[in-house]
Amino acid sequence: MYKYDNYDQQMVDARVEEFRDQARRRLEGKLTEDQFKPLRLMNGLYLQLHAYMLRVAIPYGTLNGEQMTALANIADKYDRGYGHFTTRQNLQYNWIKLEDAADILADLAKVEMHAIQTSGNCIRNISSDHFAGAAQDELVDPRPYAELLRQWSSFHPEFTYLPRKFKICVIASEKDRAAMRLHDIGIQIVQQDGEIGARFFVGGGMGRTPMIAPMIRDFVPLDQLITYAEACLRVYNRYGRRDNKYKARIKILVHELGKDEYTRQVEEEFAHMLDQGVEPPREELERLKPFFADPTFEDGAKTVDRSDPDFALWVDRNTHRHKNDAYVSAVISLKPVAGIPGDATGDQMRVMANLAQQYSFDELRIMHTQNVVLPHVKIADLHALWTQLDAADLGAPNMDTIEDMIACPGLDYCALANARSIPLAQRISEKFDASGKTEKLGELKLKISGCINACGHHHAGHIGILGVDKKGVENYQLSLGGSEAEDVSLAKITGPGFTEDGVIEAVETVTDVYLAQKQGEERFLDTYRRIGMAPFKEALYD
Amino acid sequence: MTENLGTSPDEVQFRFRDDETVDHGTVTVDACCDQTNATAVRIEPGDDARELLPFLDRLALVEVNFPSFADGRGYSAARILREAGYTGELRAVGDVLIDQLSHMRRCGFDAFAPDVRLDEKDAQRAFATWDNVYQATTDGRKTIQERRHGADQ
Amino acid sequence: MKVLTGNDLKTGDVTWWTGTSWSRDVNDAADVGERGAEILAREEAARRVNVPYLIEAERTENGVRPAHIKDRVRAVGPTVRPDLTLNPQNPEALDWVI
Repeated sequence: MYKYDNYDQQMVDARVEEFRDQARRRLEGKLTEDQFKPLRLMNGLYLQLHAYMLRVAIPYGTLNGEQMTALANIADKYDRGYGHFTTRQNLQYNWIKLEDAADILADLAKVEMHAIQTSGNCIRNISSDHFAGAAQDELVDPRPYAELLRQWSSFHPEFTYLPRKFKICVIASEKDRAAMRLHDIGIQIVQQDGEIGARFFVGGGMGRTPMIAPMIRDFVPLDQLITYAEACLRVYNRYGRRDNKYKARIKILVHELGKDEYTRQVEEEFAHMLDQGVEPPREELERLKPFFADPTFEDGAKTVDRSDPDFALWVDRNTHRHKNDAYVSAVISLKPVAGIPGDATGDQMRVMANLAQQYSFDELRIMHTQNVVLPHVKIADLHALWTQLDAADLGAPNMDTIEDMIACPGLDYCALANARSIPLAQRISEKFDASGKTEKLGELKLKISGCINACGHHHAGHIGILGVDKKGVENYQLSLGGSEAEDVSLAKITGPGFTEDGVIEAVETVTDVYLAQKQGEERFLDTYRRIGMAPFKEALYD
Repeated sequence: MTENLGTSPDEVQFRFRDDETVDHGTVTVDACCDQTNATAVRIEPGDDARELLPFLDRLALVEVNFPSFADGRGYSAARILREAGYTGELRAVGDVLIDQLSHMRRCGFDAFAPDVRLDEKDAQRAFATWDNVYQATTDGRKTIQERRHGADQ
Repeated sequence: MKVLTGNDLKTGDVTWWTGTSWSRDVNDAADVGERGAEILAREEAARRVNVPYLIEAERTENGVRPAHIKDRVRAVGPTVRPDLTLNPQNPEALDWVI
């Protein structure tokens, strides 16, 4: 894992003091709310329905036990004993006081954490593959590149007042576990003629106008990576729309200019920048790599004792193949039946921290599906791990099933939401668990957003649900056929929306169509792609 | 004659230069490109700073207007001019607030004429926010990454 | 009736204008009639409230009921965490939201 040096520490410490001063000026009336808002947002502080909300960055989703413990302690000391893990691998606290915010940031800084640029029209937390450094199928560990980008993007003097927010994702495998092409910039680390480089996809995103990012450059040499990113951003900063908030994301610029014209402008800017000394010294990347080196893996059992069916089910569902065959990556589900997706109590965070220290070389990851990963668990330790997870209500065997849905906080917490998301998630997981259908459905990605901003990734759900406001009443649109993975696609709306009860029934209906039509090993998504929307529509509306 | 657009020298609250302040008004980018003798120009957010590149030798003052602090195009304009070798005064004018000063300075601004005068103490603190920096710009500061790998100062 | 609501600047708590001050209980909310904009500007300038806005509400026999569900959620708390609502002893209060 990356460790701060004195420079990094000084930067976050300076940021804490800068924010403390900004908050003081706000409370003294020297800053208006309009002036203060972008400043607090760039420190992760929102004003939500019930209180301030603080969003803490977990860079590329990686943290250690001490950091997870610090998050637990903040939840208990300053919040109401819990936090919410988000689709951008961050953590949100829902009940923060402005007068405490600087102290919380100071507590975070003590464990090399921060809330820098977790909101605002700037470059946000860099996201990555939650199995980075552990997955058997990756080319290299993407995190040194993500860390290089994190430092470059932190307090970037030119790109702090962009037309709109800007999200970057880095992966290094053909399999996409991070929704890479639904980011403003998606970077895939690739190999070409024996050389490692970066493939750039620009202009993806969800929100009200979902777009899949087109590839604009298939290979950027590593010693030009930051310069190329800077060129992409400069073209956006100069020409991204500022007249309409809803058309301000880079996806609209790329779409309106056309991929080729946008690329031409980037290449022109890039050519100009190459001799401007923008790129950090090449030694910096080499400095970063050893931080992410493999821990010392030991030999051990390669199979588990399957005599306990509950344990066997959990192993089948919630573990992922590791590059060392005596290990797996274990997924800790934050989706207990009828629970709130992504929420964890302070006590649960401490359990996860301890288990990471005990079983996973002191490392945890946050998944964009709002779960937690222990990346390097010895197969021989799995039963002991599962037993302790289960005791803490963290052992739900449901990864990638319908019960493992993504849900945004929705109208229960969020000032932007039009409808509640969490109650739907709770009722659907309860219903499918009770009927035993979850297992039969296999991999089925359900994603629920409480408004058009799509924090719940509904466009990318095999089944997506979007909450809307219909004359003051919550209403839900159903969509089918999305995917955030390497087979990326955008879901299509089935037709008229439903009430809360109606949409839950509708989800059941479409899963029944799938089960009736399924051929061989087809997943829901495969069947949908083969048979199209018509049979589902017929079952829903006729 | 083009209308006098510029801020006057006494509206400049902070200046990090020793040369004489230009004491006449600025012209628009369009006017500057048409006029062979203009030495001071004002860039609006929608202007292309690169149109000025052929005329940098004769320019002594470039004002970059920020009608709203939230519109960040002026930061790119400033860097583009500095990257092209412009050494004259680069003045941020308009809705310039305390918390944008340090980033503006890094992008090459060396004079500031805010619409509303800023608290001196708060502003000095803001200019000094970052002992070190992660990004290379043309302000001459060594980056953290360069320092890590042997660069002095 | 027209009601003023916002959040407390320091704590972020949801607050309602009572006619003389700010209360966390929606039932204390006063009808501001046509004076909303004026009170709002004054109170915000004095930093006694943050991001205030004017809403429609109805006075019922059970108290003041904001017209929009969002403000009813604000008045009570998250419907999925009855333990964290303003009145955790009375989970039925959540039915009022819908």
